[in-house]
Amino acid sequence: MSNPENTGLLVPLDEEIPAPSRSNELMREILGGGVVRTLLALVVGFVVGAILIIATNEDVLASAGYFFSRPSDLLTAAWNAVSTGYGALFRGSIYDTTATTFAEGIRPLTETLRLASPLIAAGLGIALSFRVGLFNIGGGGQLLVGAAFAGFVSFQWHLPWGIHLIVAIIFGILGAALWGAIVGFLKARTGANEVIVTIMLNYIAVSLVSFLMRTPILQAPDASGNPKTPAPDATAQLPLLLGDGFALHLGFVLVVAATVLYWWLMERSTIGYRFRAVGLNANAAKTAGINVGRIYILAMAASAAFVGLAGVNQALGRNTGFTPTIDSGIGFDAITVALLGGSTAGGVFLAGLLFGAMKAGSPAMQVESISPEVLGVVQGVIVLFIAAPPLIRAIFRLPKPATNSLIKQWWRARFTRGQVKK
Amino acid sequence: MVESTLHERTGEEVTTVNATQGLAAPVAIDVPRSWKTPIVLGVLALIWLICFGIFGDARTVAFGWSDTSDAIVLPDFVVNSKTFCLTIGILMLAIAVVATWLASQRRKVPMWLIIPFGVLLVWSLVGWVGAGGRVPVEFLLTGALALSTPVVFGALSGVIGERVGVVNIAIEGQLLIGAFAAAVTGSITGSLTLGIIAAMIGGALVSLVLAAFSIVYLVDQVIVGVVLNALAIGITNFLYASVLNDNSAEYNFPGTLPFLPIPFLSDIPVIGGVLFNQRITTYAMFVLVPLVYVVLFKTKWGLRIRAVGEHPLAADTVGINVKRTRFWTVTVAGMIAGLGGGALTIGSVGAFVREMSAGQGYIALAAVILGRWNPWLAACAALLFGFSRNFRIWAGQAGSTIPSDLIAMTPYLVTLIAVAGLVGHARGPAAAGRPYIKQ
Repeated sequence: MSNPENTGLLVPLDEEIPAPSRSNELMREILGGGVVRTLLALVVGFVVGAILIIATNEDVLASAGYFFSRPSDLLTAAWNAVSTGYGALFRGSIYDTTATTFAEGIRPLTETLRLASPLIAAGLGIALSFRVGLFNIGGGGQLLVGAAFAGFVSFQWHLPWGIHLIVAIIFGILGAALWGAIVGFLKARTGANEVIVTIMLNYIAVSLVSFLMRTPILQAPDASGNPKTPAPDATAQLPLLLGDGFALHLGFVLVVAATVLYWWLMERSTIGYRFRAVGLNANAAKTAGINVGRIYILAMAASAAFVGLAGVNQALGRNTGFTPTIDSGIGFDAITVALLGGSTAGGVFLAGLLFGAMKAGSPAMQVESISPEVLGVVQGVIVLFIAAPPLIRAIFRLPKPATNSLIKQWWRARFTRGQVKK
Repeated sequence: MVESTLHERTGEEVTTVNATQGLAAPVAIDVPRSWKTPIVLGVLALIWLICFGIFGDARTVAFGWSDTSDAIVLPDFVVNSKTFCLTIGILMLAIAVVATWLASQRRKVPMWLIIPFGVLLVWSLVGWVGAGGRVPVEFLLTGALALSTPVVFGALSGVIGERVGVVNIAIEGQLLIGAFAAAVTGSITGSLTLGIIAAMIGGALVSLVLAAFSIVYLVDQVIVGVVLNALAIGITNFLYASVLNDNSAEYNFPGTLPFLPIPFLSDIPVIGGVLFNQRITTYAMFVLVPLVYVVLFKTKWGLRIRAVGEHPLAADTVGINVKRTRFWTVTVAGMIAGLGGGALTIGSVGAFVREMSAGQGYIALAAVILGRWNPWLAACAALLFGFSRNFRIWAGQAGSTIPSDLIAMTPYLVTLIAVAGLVGHARGPAAAGRPYIKQ
């Protein structure tokens, strides 16, 4: 789904053309490859964002009135607006250049990692569903159910230190997985379209969890009728990684582990092989003896389990209670993260970091009175262009990717066990 | 999908095929009986009969047909809630029995049986919640219609798009851009007519991007749709925060379209207020639903659209330009969804609010599939959502004992049951979602 080139839709290179030299071919492959395309999509995205910032900036609009008498004013104002905005984004998400100590300066980066964690986890979940040929729009609901399960254990049960956290994490992940398995079950047994089922389950999850948050099961004693949970016990909170000065918690480590697990699951395990087989061609997989219905149930449960980790991260990575809005759009952002990351483990991780950085940098942009909402447009444009390789090639006049990848051959020759077919 | 075609084929059809082949006696082919629909209907009827009938509320409920200010005042229909729900429950059970008989005859349960079932189900619920009080029928229906208007437009756009072979997930984005364009244009120009036109252009622009990426650049249609939604939210949020928010009197104060009562017809009790005293957007909906049906199923243009959506190669072979047909049809569909967006702002509250489409585009998507890609049924499904939203508002005011969260959940739960139990392996247009590459 992520890479239309692999579907064989595009006409392969003409065999008659004499083979180019090896270095040319390598150059062509790098230019036609995914990395360069991704970088160029990023450039396009930020350029579009810059245009929006300039077009709505008051100084720019004021100087546009006398553009023909003093054009330099307009250019200066435009430059100022863009550099202020993106400078704030950098300071808010990577390194605060105004800080006096290194610890102060590096704090934005830790914020990026913290905010990226749930995006990466949920992105992995959505990516998994893409690889199986399913489309899971239900991230929001699955995240909420996962958070509710983890939250329930974290404040209703009072277990010893260590065990409490582990039990809460497991409950959160299992709760979300069950919620996701409903989708797979309905699809496998009744053929219900998973897009509708996940959309409906999103709404049902919000209503159900809001309802429970008004009952003693999930409600805080002081919430007085509002749907809000108590704070998790100290034993069930995800511990801080870098001490009190930083909000970064263990959730990030869990997400790194989940990324490795996702890689192993999809690229190395038998079940992952079946997932991909069903995703490529469900009929062929059925003929080959794979129980497609069971794979749908397992895949949706696994997909929701990763999303559930994002829910756990949200529910336990805090020392206050939460409300039904704990999803805060992560379920939907995860779809774009998965698309941007090409549904691979490494890609989703990097895409999640990028989106996390944008989230971390938003308040800093707000302080400079540049609307951080522009980042939503930047994200959309980036993913739109990533999804359309022929378009970005047409804009930048890049060559088509080589059909026989030299880099892949080189990589496989070193890192794949067994014989590699030339 | 051999199984599902077998499921859906009725006994008669099989015999006709045999007769045309000139066989002496029609051979009975064992079409498996499908018990799913009768089971779902039966279980629902029993639950309703027991919960709201047998264990119902013994107080009376008054169905108010008209206000005292109306030209013709009808008396309230006062009935014991328990009796009312029992009667309805028995009627529902009767429908379930008919469905069972049809299934035993290997026949499909028709839509004209399922829709009254749904209507009865809803009225039973209304009668139960309203026990001990008055049910303002006209308010319930008018509000339902108003709330479902954007969803109906979105669903029509989705039906047209999928019929021509383009899955339109971007309905949400089209509604949002349409709503934004209508509010801003209406405010700046002071003309709501221009606002409506701007809404349609806005929806069409989103469609153009969808068409360009999915038809010309062959990007997966679902992906483009999702990204366009994200982009529409991003753009409107940004412009709202950076422009509209500070100058709302100048850019975000369009006013609303006037109500246009049709003389005489609007004086008819209940129906008059619901159907003939509405805004131009709602009248447009009344016109568009049949129009889209007629165009899709009764005209040459519609035949071409459906051919392109079902079998683009065959359509291409007889000389239909597949890409061009898809491109322009999707654009027209976008205009309809954009109009739905306009109904959200100038057709309802006036000003634009951040992310005001609030998932209604996705509900429209569900209505498309629930309505089996048919404009009439999709509109019915959209009305169901509108009704349940308004029902929740009324139940909250009526001081219902059921928690409002659970009432809010009902339409989605019903849709889930309907999709899993009644629609199931519904097959949409065969080529929907697949790009067409000319060999």
